[in-house]
Amino acid sequence: MFEAHTLLVGLILVDFMLLASSRLGSCIRQVAFQGLLLGLLSLAEHAGWGAPWRSWALALGSIGVKAVLFPWLLRRALRDADVRREMEPFVGFTASILVGVVMLGASLWIGTRLPLPAGVVSPLLVPVALFTMLVGLFLIVARRKAITQVLGYLVVENGIYLFGLTLAEDAPLSVELGVLLDAFVAVFIMGIMIYQINREFDHIDADRLTSLRDEAS
Amino acid sequence: MTGAALARLGAALLLAPLLYGVIARTKAFFAGRTGAPLLQRYFDLAKLLRKGAVYSETTTWVFRAGPVVSLAAVLGALALLPMAGAPAVFGFAGDFVLLAYLLGLARFATVLAALDTGSAFEGMGASREVQFSALAEPALLLALVALARNAHELSLGSILGAVSGETWRHDAAALTLVTAALFVVFLAENSRVPVDDPTTHLELTMIHEVMVLDSSGPDLALVELGAALKMWLLGGLVVSIVVPVRSGNPWIDLGAFVAGLLALAALVGVVESTMARLRLLRVPALLVSAGVLAALGLALMAEW
Repeated sequence: MFEAHTLLVGLILVDFMLLASSRLGSCIRQVAFQGLLLGLLSLAEHAGWGAPWRSWALALGSIGVKAVLFPWLLRRALRDADVRREMEPFVGFTASILVGVVMLGASLWIGTRLPLPAGVVSPLLVPVALFTMLVGLFLIVARRKAITQVLGYLVVENGIYLFGLTLAEDAPLSVELGVLLDAFVAVFIMGIMIYQINREFDHIDADRLTSLRDEAS
Repeated sequence: MTGAALARLGAALLLAPLLYGVIARTKAFFAGRTGAPLLQRYFDLAKLLRKGAVYSETTTWVFRAGPVVSLAAVLGALALLPMAGAPAVFGFAGDFVLLAYLLGLARFATVLAALDTGSAFEGMGASREVQFSALAEPALLLALVALARNAHELSLGSILGAVSGETWRHDAAALTLVTAALFVVFLAENSRVPVDDPTTHLELTMIHEVMVLDSSGPDLALVELGAALKMWLLGGLVVSIVVPVRSGNPWIDLGAFVAGLLALAALVGVVESTMARLRLLRVPALLVSAGVLAALGLALMAEW
C-alpha cells in the first residue's frame, strides 16, 4: 500500500522542515504530519491492507493521538496563550539546517555500525529513527519558547516509536509499551502546557511592561 | 559531433526566447489579462540588435567583453548538454564539472562588467548575485553527482541517459529529491521568484537585472539571449530527468523534450503568480535547503 522507503524519506524531509520553519503554527502542522507518516509506516511494515488487526489498531491509535489530538491541544494552547507566532531561535534557521545535515550524516554512519535484528524492512529505518531523535533534542535546546520544547519532546518520542518499529514484529510487548508511553506523553504534555507555557508567556509580558516603565522614568 | 546534436543546439538557439513568452502568458492568464504576444522576446531582441550601444566614459574593455564572454560561455555549456536522447556536441568523462564552471565563468564575466561601470547599485547587485550563486552551485553539483552515482558514469550523456522509467520505479524518492533541488537551482540561477523578481523596477530589490542596467543595444540583446539560453540549459537538465522519453524516433524525443520545457516554463509562471518572492535574508536558507535535498538524494542513491 505505502512503500516504507518513501515514507522514511518523507520523515527525513519533515525533520528538515521542522529545523527550517519559523512559524509555530507550521511547526505544529509538521509534527502532526510526522505522526501521520509514522502511522502509515507501521502499516507499511506489515504488508498493507492484509495487516493483522493489532497493526491496524496500533496505526490508527498513533495517527489519532499524534496527528489529531496533540496538534489540536497545542493549537488551542497557542491560541489561549495569545503569543507571537515566531519561533525565536537561539540558532539561526540556515545554521539549523546545516546542523541537521551533520546529524543526518552521523545517524547514517551509526546506522551502518549498529547490529540489527534480522528482517528490518528498510536499512533506512534505524538512521531515520536516530536522526528524528537528534532533531527533537536539537529543537528542545535551540528554540526559546516552551511550546517548541513540547514539540521537540514529541519529535524525540516519534523517533523512539520509529526505533521500536524495528522490533515490532518480534516483540509485541514493546509495541504495547510504546502505546503506553504515548498515553503518558499526552498527560505529560497537558501538564506542561497548562503550567509551564502560561507561566512562561505571562513572564515575558511582565518583563516587557517593566522595561517600558524603566525607559519612561 | 553529430548532425543530430547540432540540430538540437540550433533548436535551442531558436526556441529559448519562447520560454519567456510562455512564462509571461501564464502570468497574464492568472492576472486575468491578455498579456504580451508569445514571441515578444524575439521582437525585443530584434529591436535591441538594430540599435546602437552607449558606453559610459568610466567603463573599459572589461565592460564591453562582459556580454560576449558570458554568452560564449553559456553557448559552450549548452554544447555539453545532451538534449532529447541524442549525444551532446561535446562529451567526455567529467564534463558536468565543466558545465557548472562554464556557467560560473558566464556569471563572472557579467559580475566584472557590472563592477566595471563603477555604479553603486550594480556593485550591490553583483554582490548578491555572487552570494546566491555560491550557494546554488553546490546544490547543482551535488544533484549532478547523485545522478552520476546512479549511472556509474561521469559524462553528462550517460548520466542523463541512465535516467529512465525503470530508475523512477526503483529510486523514486532519490530522483524526486534531486529534481526538487535542480528546480530550486533553476529558479535561482534564472533570477525568478521566489529568489529574484525579474519584473521589479526598484534597484534596491533587484539582483540580476541591476547588473545589466548600463548595457544597451546589441550588448543588452546578447545578455538577454544568454539568459534565455541559460534557462533552456538548466531547464533541459530538469526535463531530461522528469520526462525521460527514449522512443528512438528523434522527432518524438525532441517533441517531448520541447513540450517538457514549455510545461516547465508554464510551471514557473504558476509559481510566480501564486507566491511572493522571499525576503533577501531568507533566500540563503532556501538555497541551502536545495543543497540538502541534493545531498540527501546522493546519500539515498549511494547506499540505500
